[in-house]
Amino acid sequence: MNLLEVKHLKKHYQTHKAVDDVSFDIQQGSIFGLLGPNGAGKTTLLRMITGIFYPDEGEILFNGKKFDPENDVHHIGYMPEERGLYKKMMVGEQTLYLARLKGLSKKDAVQKIKYWFDKFDINTWYNKRVDELSKGMQQKVQFISTILHQPKLLILDEPFSGLDPINSNLIKQEIFDLSRQGTTIIFSTHRMEQVEEICDHIMLINKGHKILNGSVKQIQQDFKQGLFKIGLGIMPNPAQMATWHFNIVETHDKAFTVKMNEDSSTNDILLHFIRQEIPVTYFEEILPSINEVFITQVQQTENYAATMAALPLT
Amino acid sequence: MEKIWLIIKREFFTRVRKKSFLVTTLLVPLAFAAMIIVPILMATTSSQHKRIAVIDNSGLFENKFPDSKDVYFKYLRNQSVDSLKLHYEEQGYEGVLYIPQFDISRPSGFEFYSSGQASVTIESSINRDINDIIEKKRMELQGIDQSKMDDIRSNVEVTFKNGKEEKKGNSWVAYGIGYASGFIIYFILLLFGTSVMRGVMEEKVSRIAEVMVSSVKPFQLMMGKIIGIAAVGLLQFFIWGVLVTAIYSLIPLFFSAESMQAAAQSGAMAQGNHADQVEMVRRIRDVVGSIHWSLIVPCFVFYFLGGYLFYSSLYAAIGSLANEDASDIQQLTIPVTVPIIIGIMIMMRAVQDPGSPLAVWGSIIPFTSPMVMMARLPYGVPGTVPYWQLALSFICLIGGFIGTTWAAGRIYRTGILMYGKKITLKEALKWIVRQP
Repeated sequence: MNLLEVKHLKKHYQTHKAVDDVSFDIQQGSIFGLLGPNGAGKTTLLRMITGIFYPDEGEILFNGKKFDPENDVHHIGYMPEERGLYKKMMVGEQTLYLARLKGLSKKDAVQKIKYWFDKFDINTWYNKRVDELSKGMQQKVQFISTILHQPKLLILDEPFSGLDPINSNLIKQEIFDLSRQGTTIIFSTHRMEQVEEICDHIMLINKGHKILNGSVKQIQQDFKQGLFKIGLGIMPNPAQMATWHFNIVETHDKAFTVKMNEDSSTNDILLHFIRQEIPVTYFEEILPSINEVFITQVQQTENYAATMAALPLT
Repeated sequence: MEKIWLIIKREFFTRVRKKSFLVTTLLVPLAFAAMIIVPILMATTSSQHKRIAVIDNSGLFENKFPDSKDVYFKYLRNQSVDSLKLHYEEQGYEGVLYIPQFDISRPSGFEFYSSGQASVTIESSINRDINDIIEKKRMELQGIDQSKMDDIRSNVEVTFKNGKEEKKGNSWVAYGIGYASGFIIYFILLLFGTSVMRGVMEEKVSRIAEVMVSSVKPFQLMMGKIIGIAAVGLLQFFIWGVLVTAIYSLIPLFFSAESMQAAAQSGAMAQGNHADQVEMVRRIRDVVGSIHWSLIVPCFVFYFLGGYLFYSSLYAAIGSLANEDASDIQQLTIPVTVPIIIGIMIMMRAVQDPGSPLAVWGSIIPFTSPMVMMARLPYGVPGTVPYWQLALSFICLIGGFIGTTWAAGRIYRTGILMYGKKITLKEALKWIVRQP
């Protein structure tokens, strides 16, 4: 079941189109990566999903019904990229305030704050002022205040920036836990290694347009270039490597990166070495990293835009 | 609705719990108390006699100077001024008054020696006494009887009445009340308006604004802040009212009636005698009683709230345009601050001439009406301010603050999420019509 369905969403500013006809669905309980270079329109898109901005055109369905910002915001938790807390307020008071604005009763809110503060072992911070905390500590408080009301949809914009590895890991485990419990998560970041590790599904946007949309595995399959790495027991001489099944891309110590010809299969490659009695120690397919896909795709759209702009107006 | 209530509560309590709130709330009544208590203490502690030596070579003044509680005149004969003026302090005198022999038609050569500025009031009273005594002597010489003179003296007072109303005119009290309430509103608009602006800037710069608007509507956030700060102001006024009344009624318990009178006398010494004072007090009481308090107080509250709502939303809009460094905010506030300053300037004219066209229109146009109308109202309704003007002013102000709040809300909701680039006022005004 889709928790969120976005259909032909458009938001135009006076000078440019921030989001131009973007559609996608997010399955309940999945972790959805929203990727894009700076200024791609991610924040505008997220602000429309959180009810901060109204779209110029298009439709958002939340939980199968037309998105109603007034009530549905209670089921959304949003942690913007630029964190913000009231600096002079006490940590406990602040989380209570934010939770109550999400519609929790005082009793419920207090109970949940206690649960999370215990879990993160930060009970001693309750009566500290926010500006007495370090940036990483503030981040944890912000995270708790975002998930306190058990949102169905959790939107995290760069959730790990400013966190040390230990706290990063803590938050990451929480994200997985929440996802397992059925929370749908939109995860926006520039850090591609995190995307591969965390996300089930990604969407890449640039200049307001959707460029890519699919599961991480699917995208890697779609963009693979037939590259394999093969490890050998002995270093063969160049004549032994000559075959029409593959070309050598890179030579390593007792290993080669090869590009397979389109008509060949992996077994053809293996057979080639077996026939020559060269022991194969390992053989693996090299899938493109999301990072590489990201860079090539963004560059392609940039080139396209540049070409379009350079065309004479006829 | 529940959310706006939560916001109001937060805005209210974070401010009320600050030390600065406690300090200003207590400091103002304390300053008021000091204004009353200090003169009393001064009058009671300085009640030791000041002795003044008089060397009267004319013989006209002997035993003529009236001794008072504070000042006692000692007439010395056979003493030279030159030696006395060097040693008067050793002999326990505050000063030496030297009166030469003089021609009654051209009196001159009077001298008073004392150390420094110790006795301004004494000096002025001595001056007055000398002139009184010389005048009396001259009348005697001209054969004019004192009692006849008193008969001749005229002390008519015109009773100024307000057109249709059968009430005593009270223009100077109206002036005072008008001026004071106009000024209080001026300060409220500037202080509270800036307070709203700072609050909005803080939310924007600390980036909490984006978290907030993912839970509440920007308009709720803005109104919550405006109402919360208004509540802080009202609480502060209420506490001031209670404390000032308490101080006013408690002071007589700690100080005897005599010492209070002494303070009143020493204060009024230069102005007139006791009979005048009694008369003045009676007139103040008359006039204060004749003021329409039941009209002025509700109107004050209305113009206080109306003016505050009118301007604070504009200040909120300006605050939402702030950038990280908050440097250009000063410039952006000018278009909001200038009308307030124009208002106080019109108010100062209106309080002198409440019927002038400037005053009338200034009290109707909502940009200035909170200040200007409060300057005119004490002069009387419907005498000076006809009902239609008051009604029109009310309607304009209500319409005005609905308008500014609406427009400011539109600027605000775009402004608080706009980071990075500098926003010009022209750009912000476009947001009222079209959201970017």
